Amino acid sequence: MSSDALTIQATEAAGQPWTQTLHGWVTTVDHKRLGVLYIAYALFFLVIGGIEATIIRIQLMYPHNNFVSPQVFNRMFTMHGTTMIFFVAMPVLFGFANYLVPLMIGARDMAFPRLNAFSFWLTAFGGLLLYFSFFGGNGLYGAGTAPDVGWWAYAPLASRAFSPGHSSDYWTISLLASGFGSIGTAINIIATIICMRCPGMKLSRMPLFAWLNLVMSGMVLLAITPLSAAQIMLLVDRYLGGHFFDTQAGGSATLWMHFFWIFGHPEVYVLIIPCFAFVSEIVPVFSRKPIFGYPVMVGATVCIAFVSLSVWAHHMFTIGMNAYANSFFTITTMVVGIPTGIKIFNWLGTMWGGKIQFKTPMLFCIGFLFQFLIAGLTGIMLSAAPFDWQLSGSYFVVAHFHYVIVGGILFALFGAFYYWYPKITGRMLNESLGKLHFWLFLIGFHLTFDLMHIPGLLGMPRRIYTYEPGRGWDTLNFLVTIGAFVQGVAILVFVANMIISYFKGAEAGNDPWDAWTLEWSVSSPPPEYNFAAIPTVASRRPLWDLKHPEDPDSRYE
Amino acid sequence: MSAIASSLPETRGAWKLPSRGKVGMACLIFAESAIFTIFVVAYLFYIGKSLTGPTPREVLETPIFYTICLLSSSLTIHFAAKFLERGRRGAFLLLWLLTITLGGLFLYGTGVEWHRLIYEHGLTISTNLFGTTYYSLVGLHASHVIAGLSMLSIVLIFGLAGRVGPEHSGRVDVLSMYWHFVDVVWIVVFTVVYVIGR
Repeated sequence: MSSDALTIQATEAAGQPWTQTLHGWVTTVDHKRLGVLYIAYALFFLVIGGIEATIIRIQLMYPHNNFVSPQVFNRMFTMHGTTMIFFVAMPVLFGFANYLVPLMIGARDMAFPRLNAFSFWLTAFGGLLLYFSFFGGNGLYGAGTAPDVGWWAYAPLASRAFSPGHSSDYWTISLLASGFGSIGTAINIIATIICMRCPGMKLSRMPLFAWLNLVMSGMVLLAITPLSAAQIMLLVDRYLGGHFFDTQAGGSATLWMHFFWIFGHPEVYVLIIPCFAFVSEIVPVFSRKPIFGYPVMVGATVCIAFVSLSVWAHHMFTIGMNAYANSFFTITTMVVGIPTGIKIFNWLGTMWGGKIQFKTPMLFCIGFLFQFLIAGLTGIMLSAAPFDWQLSGSYFVVAHFHYVIVGGILFALFGAFYYWYPKITGRMLNESLGKLHFWLFLIGFHLTFDLMHIPGLLGMPRRIYTYEPGRGWDTLNFLVTIGAFVQGVAILVFVANMIISYFKGAEAGNDPWDAWTLEWSVSSPPPEYNFAAIPTVASRRPLWDLKHPEDPDSRYE
Repeated sequence: MSAIASSLPETRGAWKLPSRGKVGMACLIFAESAIFTIFVVAYLFYIGKSLTGPTPREVLETPIFYTICLLSSSLTIHFAAKFLERGRRGAFLLLWLLTITLGGLFLYGTGVEWHRLIYEHGLTISTNLFGTTYYSLVGLHASHVIAGLSMLSIVLIFGLAGRVGPEHSGRVDVLSMYWHFVDVVWIVVFTVVYVIGR
């Protein structure tokens, strides 16, 4: 009798059975757990998307290579693009927003916890649907499995005649599902930030992280929805015999391009603005100075959001728009550079005169600053319509947007991982492995994407599965592929670091970086209810006020 | 540890933030407006681009009566919500039922129109560009009416069971925002399809 009781207690002490743990995670509505689910899900797809990129690069390593067939190559670049944008970048950024926004604004959860879970599972099923196409996309037609129409699925490529079977339908429906998930999460983030702030947390005192995610969510509402609408039209065309994008019945292939890029370009800013948010939190802490120009940062972000909604057709200069449209989209695209430049100077201004600590999160942020600047400069080059006529559809464009997405977004993300991993797990990531990860990834990144500009300038088009030798691209393509492998090794170091540190990392404590935002005031990992008592804040740096009662920020507001 | 006492505590009572239901619904309406905008743009872009008939001028009849039904349902739901706020449940239920009836009438009108277009004029979604854009835009709006009517009916069922009181007036207001949005969208659709498009 007594021994039975002891056994039960022992089991409880050892933890719940795994079924119960699984049940807990599947049915959770806690913003922290959903944040972790988002991030884990995105990391899983990062590995898959990375493998697809590696397959593309191995195929292009030598001229006339036969590593994969042209059909498989088309599937690989379609799936790589779709996966990385919709099932890596979006969920991982939503994951961080989910985890951190309520903690930073002193709330116990998101505004709509169940909508939060619903949105996550919609996104999750979207990803599963996309990959189920490898098994189910064939239909009865023998028509090929995964989608192979490129991540933008231009008409008429995605029409029934040119894309038989179901592969394009899996693409459409998976993006519709994950798109509704994104809209749900965006609504949730906005409602949380507007309605759940703790007392004293005025909009002018919110951490920039919350501000930038608020702007990002507003953009999601405006940018993802055109894609959803266009996907519905594509489904009408493919299943009900509609003619939206059917040129033979008077429809317009150009309209699809407009609808796609009305989504597609703001999407870049939907992805980069949360990365600005990471940098705006990390740079001040490791420079030991408050952010330089807080109101200007907010204003610049809002400005970027507005301007970026009117630049989309710079993706379409080569379709032959009139001179006014070309000039308009050239000018608006160049104008985006102004608020973005303001941000870069503000981060530099934050670092200027600070006691900079070169820890891994800061290293990644500094890498971000330089690389994002170069990506912006090639962006300005491509925004000039005549230059774009020459290089649109070449590897120069591929190099440019990978500079934004890898050199900008991914570097900032890695910084965020090193910065907030201790909060999420309670353990520090290993600093030497982190530095190894940084330098390996930096070398691999520059080897791949610096060199990739050159074959583009020499005329190498995108989406070709192989090329003739002797055009001056051979050595460059070989080196680009070597760079991809170096990046792959760096990612392995990162994954190893996360696993090893989870079990053996140093205890983080509440506030390992001596930071100033509210998430560092609670234990690591935070308790389920976040705050035992809802905090009250009086300045932008509530933890500074707490640590320095003799000289609080609130005195100067 | 987690309670952050500030050196300058503010008066807690003064801290008031907007209702999350209303903000959430406003965001949803914002997102839905973007979806409708794309469909409206497609409709406007394709006016007169059909290669075969029938054309809107030949077959469309302006649904004035059903439009009046839908627009007046905005008034009835507004006053229903007001009555609920003041605790007059009977008046609330009556006006709520009237709202559902008016919405249902509108939906019936759409059904009659579609039936006429399909069986008398042979216009389906695959006939020509007009058919594709017309059924998509009007259908998208009708599907929102159906969604709205379903939510209104759920409230009606709870109301008849005596479970809706003044304490729920905030939530009813959120639903009424959505219904107003559906009505406003109809004004746009009506203008585009029956005024500009003919």
